Amino acid sequence: MSGHSTFQPKNRVVKWIEERLPVFSLMHGQFIAFPTPKNLNYWWTFGGILSVMLVVQIVTGIVLVMHYAPSTQIAFGSIEHIMRDVNWGWLLRYLHSNGASMFFIAVYIHIFRGLYYGSYKSPREILWILGVVIYLVMMATGFMGYVLPWGQMSFWGATVITNLFSAIPLVGETIVTWLWGGFSVDNPTLNRFFSLHYLLPFVLAAVVGLHVWALHVVGQNNPAGVEPKSAKDTVPFTPFATLKDGFGIIVFMIFYAWFVFYLPNYLGHPDNYTLADPLKTPAHIVPEWYYLPFYAILRAIPDKLGGVIAMFAAILVLFFLPWLDTSKVRSTRYRPLYKQFFWVLVVVSVLLGWLGAKPAEGIYVILARICTVYYFAHFLVILPLLGLIEKPKPLPASISEAVLAKHKGGAGAASAAASAPETRG
Amino acid sequence: MSTIETAEPTRRDFLFIATGAVAAVGVAAAAWPFIDQMNPDASALALASIEVDVSAIAEGQSITAKWRGKPIFIRNRTAAEIEEAKAVPMSDLKDTSARNPNIGADADASNENRSASGNEAFLVMIGVCTHLGCVPLGQSGDYHGWFCPCHGSHYDTAGRIRKGPAPENLYIPPYQFVSDTTIKIG
Repeated sequence: MSGHSTFQPKNRVVKWIEERLPVFSLMHGQFIAFPTPKNLNYWWTFGGILSVMLVVQIVTGIVLVMHYAPSTQIAFGSIEHIMRDVNWGWLLRYLHSNGASMFFIAVYIHIFRGLYYGSYKSPREILWILGVVIYLVMMATGFMGYVLPWGQMSFWGATVITNLFSAIPLVGETIVTWLWGGFSVDNPTLNRFFSLHYLLPFVLAAVVGLHVWALHVVGQNNPAGVEPKSAKDTVPFTPFATLKDGFGIIVFMIFYAWFVFYLPNYLGHPDNYTLADPLKTPAHIVPEWYYLPFYAILRAIPDKLGGVIAMFAAILVLFFLPWLDTSKVRSTRYRPLYKQFFWVLVVVSVLLGWLGAKPAEGIYVILARICTVYYFAHFLVILPLLGLIEKPKPLPASISEAVLAKHKGGAGAASAAASAPETRG
Repeated sequence: MSTIETAEPTRRDFLFIATGAVAAVGVAAAAWPFIDQMNPDASALALASIEVDVSAIAEGQSITAKWRGKPIFIRNRTAAEIEEAKAVPMSDLKDTSARNPNIGADADASNENRSASGNEAFLVMIGVCTHLGCVPLGQSGDYHGWFCPCHGSHYDTAGRIRKGPAPENLYIPPYQFVSDTTIKIG
């Protein structure tokens, strides 16, 4: 798919540079002439939205660092200084803190889109694995960023999450002390988290580069899940995908702005506006919303080491997804049974998120256990078996055929496409 | 193309392997300072000990001191709490180790081994839940001892884990009574 660029420079300066470093033909080949499946729907705009969010987080983060001080003595005060004194400080901080949530909303949609359309299947395994790596780095970055304001939730979130490593037999305590740089979360911890919180977004940018590279080697998946077979199946990336992405980005920015301007603290916790107190844990501590499903899994297991293993396994299982799903059919449009299980997984994941925010007692624990078992069963039992049992619907011969069948109301593939909710215009 | 003449190791093979080995050892040695710098520094290790006056703690009262950045619970237990702790058979305990560095490592988690030696009313513990490090709330939970609000661990009146995800009893810091009214921790 990466193909050869047909780029022919006319400008003499461009030509001179091109002969020494073919950067113009690279950009032209990958972002202008790049063949894009013509049936991509709006769920495919989230890749572009995520790129924009990464840039927003890096830009707002860099300017916030110009006013923030990573010391337990003044960190909390410097946040209030940003909010009250710094020109536009309130806007920059709310953009950054809500930007993290928007980043995760977009990445969850992006991940579930991949699950729905089988975007992890051959030959896109490496592309998918790089995506899981990006997700892990995002979680580490978000966690460390949340510690920086040095409020109560910052402190106790840092304490609980770093203590996860104390569950490791024999070396656990040594590792935790090493992470802290002391015998509790304190100034050395805050300083290193600040350093790493600044570093990791650039690591993220590098892995995103690999992710895009892998994408451009194998080409984009599409809602039909069949590879483009001729030039008729694709359109050039620019203007078609660029502007469709652009529209998606604008709509997402409106959603983002709604939070920044009208609900800036809706996704945060009031306790984090209280200065960190190492002697008092808030009555009800919960992580940021985007970690809640995993937090629910952690608490569902009544054993310390077991809970930590289950929590990490819930993410690590995603690495093996390309080989756990035994079905050769990519798109859920043509997988009537998988479609039902997909939506059950969505409901279970959202339910786990809700349970993660509830107290760990009574019915909530029982529900969390049921959901945890189902979550793992989906990947480890249902997906491997489904590929063997399920009889998929007939696949379209090409993307063009799928598109024509949908719009002309033909037989077979048409009814399948019409029943797919993601294609509603 | 391939012949058996090259099978014999040459001086060049030896030099390649030797150079590579030196480079690997050099990288490992250079990495260590970058890893070890994250361990507690000299100021954190300067094992600050604190002295706490406990004369004002009446029966049934507790105070929280701060040692090494962690809360230390010092409680003058009531007679009822002591009796409750004594009445628990070892077989009911999830963790049967005393977790008390002031006595032998193999001591069991009896009320006597958990409380201050010679002053069984006093219980001195690090107030950090052994699950994920939250500070438990005093005189609450199903066993009238401590209850961790984060993930629901219940400790009894001798600070022993009885229910919930925490694996171990609340730790006891190194301490001693330096006088009848003063405890030195650390």
